Amino acid sequence: MSKENDKRSGAQAEQYSLNDDRRIKVLSPGALVAKRFFRNRLAVAGMIMLIVMFLFSFVGGWIIPYGEDQFFYTTEYQKKEYAGVTENSEYRYLIAPEQELPTLVRANLGLALGKQDLITYKDVTYHINTVGEALYTITADDGTLLGVAYMDIINPVQSGASFSFDFSYNALMTNARGGGGFRADGQDYEMDDSGLITDAGGEEVANVGRIIVQSRISGRIIPQAFKDRVAEAIENDETEFTLTVDGQLREYTMTYDPAKDLYSVLEDTPTQVYDKYAPTSKAHLLGTDGNGMDMLTRLMYGGRVSLIIGFVVIFIETVIGVILGGVSGYFGGWIDNLIMRIVDIFYCIPSMPLMIILGSAMDAMRLDPQLRMLYLMLLLGFLGWPGIARLVRGQILSLREQEFMTATEACGLSVKRRIFRHLIPNVIPQLIVNMTMGLGSIIITEATLSFLGLGVKFPFASWGNIINEVNDSYVLVNYLNVWIPAGLCLLITVLGFNFVGDGLRDAFDPKMKR
Amino acid sequence: MRKFVLKRLLLSIVILFFVTFIIYVLMRCLPTSYVEAQAIRLAQQPGSKPVEEWLAQLEAQYGLDQGIIPGFFQQLWHLLRLDFGDSWKFTIPVLEKFSQVIWISFAMGAVALVLELIIAIPLGIVAATRQNSGTDYTISAVALAGISLPTFFFATLLKLVFSVKLGWFEINGLHSSAAIVGNLSRWGYFLDGVWHMVMPVTTLVVISFGSLMRYTRTNMLEVLNADYIRTARAKGLSERKVVYHHAFRNTLIPLVTIVGGSLPGLFSGALITETIFAIPGIGKVSYDAMVAGDIPFSFFYLTFMAVLTLAGNLISDILYAVVDPRVRIS
Repeated sequence: MSKENDKRSGAQAEQYSLNDDRRIKVLSPGALVAKRFFRNRLAVAGMIMLIVMFLFSFVGGWIIPYGEDQFFYTTEYQKKEYAGVTENSEYRYLIAPEQELPTLVRANLGLALGKQDLITYKDVTYHINTVGEALYTITADDGTLLGVAYMDIINPVQSGASFSFDFSYNALMTNARGGGGFRADGQDYEMDDSGLITDAGGEEVANVGRIIVQSRISGRIIPQAFKDRVAEAIENDETEFTLTVDGQLREYTMTYDPAKDLYSVLEDTPTQVYDKYAPTSKAHLLGTDGNGMDMLTRLMYGGRVSLIIGFVVIFIETVIGVILGGVSGYFGGWIDNLIMRIVDIFYCIPSMPLMIILGSAMDAMRLDPQLRMLYLMLLLGFLGWPGIARLVRGQILSLREQEFMTATEACGLSVKRRIFRHLIPNVIPQLIVNMTMGLGSIIITEATLSFLGLGVKFPFASWGNIINEVNDSYVLVNYLNVWIPAGLCLLITVLGFNFVGDGLRDAFDPKMKR
Repeated sequence: MRKFVLKRLLLSIVILFFVTFIIYVLMRCLPTSYVEAQAIRLAQQPGSKPVEEWLAQLEAQYGLDQGIIPGFFQQLWHLLRLDFGDSWKFTIPVLEKFSQVIWISFAMGAVALVLELIIAIPLGIVAATRQNSGTDYTISAVALAGISLPTFFFATLLKLVFSVKLGWFEINGLHSSAAIVGNLSRWGYFLDGVWHMVMPVTTLVVISFGSLMRYTRTNMLEVLNADYIRTARAKGLSERKVVYHHAFRNTLIPLVTIVGGSLPGLFSGALITETIFAIPGIGKVSYDAMVAGDIPFSFFYLTFMAVLTLAGNLISDILYAVVDPRVRIS
């Protein structure tokens, strides 16, 4: 081992003489900057944060199976009034063909039924013949059937169907006997003991009973089984029961309103609703938000929007700032004075309040969200350039006075070459630092506006407008999964930009000894 | 010196003239339908004047019936007499509303600034004297984290932890209902207000101490690398004396300048913090007015902010010349 070491050092000593250039490791200025940058732990941490957030935003949206504005639904059971049930307690009248029972006669009959055998009204005598419990036939003196007074009601199975007198009469009579077969309108019918009438083909036709069940949902036909079950429930004083309807087990709740003598039956109906504020699950790793959208997906797309807005705005700011600042610094004189006064003016315009006013005006005009986003970027860009212009001007002013610029002039380089090859490269480090730090603050500004509901609007996601939901204090307290991750994303990204910017500043500074 | 101040003052006035012009043009660019709709809506609240009167007032004040340039001068005339008209949202003159709420904002800002100075300057000095140590890294990281925290997120977190979970503070407002009803003594009323200010002031301090701390650190580093510090050390002065006597005094120059420049900002209120904590200072009141489309108040606020920025720049320029004996203005 030691022999080997000896050999190697010996070989090295042989290869390079003491003043050989190869013994010195030469680093380009760029490599020096990179070396200093990577030695800074905070800067590296910031860089990792940024890489993670970029991957999360740009690659994540591509990997995740859901779309930016995909809604999720869930079925929720809601109690809906399904049917109203009353027990008939009044006599109804079935009037024989070509006969009549005037209203006043009916009123008198109602009082007499079960108590008297006949009533007389306007010199006409009406005979009351008891057939069964709460069923009477009304006949004239000569025995012709005038009508039937009854309480059991013939409910057609097919809603809207009407029955002939013959059918109704026979059905009522059969019901009084407790069921059996009967013949009406030339057809055979069969009635079972619950009052259900079937025709010769076994088809259910009608149902005779004291209970009236009315559907409260238009278009829905109440099946016979339900009516039977309700009757049973009323008899047993049940308030809840289950029934299999169309192959589905459904729950029903019955309430009784004594004032109206009405039972109403509530059905648990499955309703499709947005899957709002779902807790974290395998399908939705961060749950869903107030619109029933997957939180993780929204975060990814929100990151895209926030980062893209940041880059576009900083690009606009830099282009305007570099051009105006560069012109101002290079030419000096009255141009410099003029441009700097413009910078002063723009510097004084309060941008946040202005954005709020314009945002609420855009709100009132119901501007298209996409167009709004564009305006947002343009406005932020046009209001934010004075800082960069000042920086560039200051840098160029101080660089202009340095010896190397005099040297370029002495060498007879063209103005274009002097500006772009010698001046601008020296401004770029400062500019990059400024842009990196600026990106962070633009992202915060955009997020703040979106948080106030005046920036990026639904359906687009942005980290700011995701946190906007905490304006509902219920969300603030109960759905931490909705707003905390967005805040953390925002914090990590901005922190990343600031760490990297800070590290770059130190790395670019040649006076730094590290 | 006097000439310099005068020159800067005149320049500020010229800049202000152009800034108000830009604000005026922007206000006129708002679609008329929006302005009228907001006026009609706000005219329906109790104590409000009829909408026709408001629009007439608006027209008279801002010269809406004239072209942009004559209209601007008409508006400027009102502005010079400090006549900002009546606020639509608050149905009282703009300046009256302003004087009602400005001191709350000022108190909040002043307390926050003092706390910021107390925290940021010592931390900045420590970070600079122990450059590149673990302490420096930690302080820098904390400061940058403060800068990177979005105000609304931090404020919401504070609310969640201290109001909802721990129940130490009330979630928002300047006074609790007991204080409003009048069940408290004067002193109790004051303490109640202070209690409600704790979270907003904490937010302000945490968000903004970072930049001041970094500013202190950068300037301190620059001074510590200067030749006269090496001389002081070579003389055999104690490190304590070198840092606090020789270095810090020189760091004070940029610090005084920047703090002086930020003094007018105390009047600008904290728009986001006040809005989130429902502190009725100038920030929240202006936010409400701006969102409601209250043109007179919004115009006033924008102008006011511009004046504050200009005043801040002016003060820091003048202070720079006054404090630093090396800077002599001819």
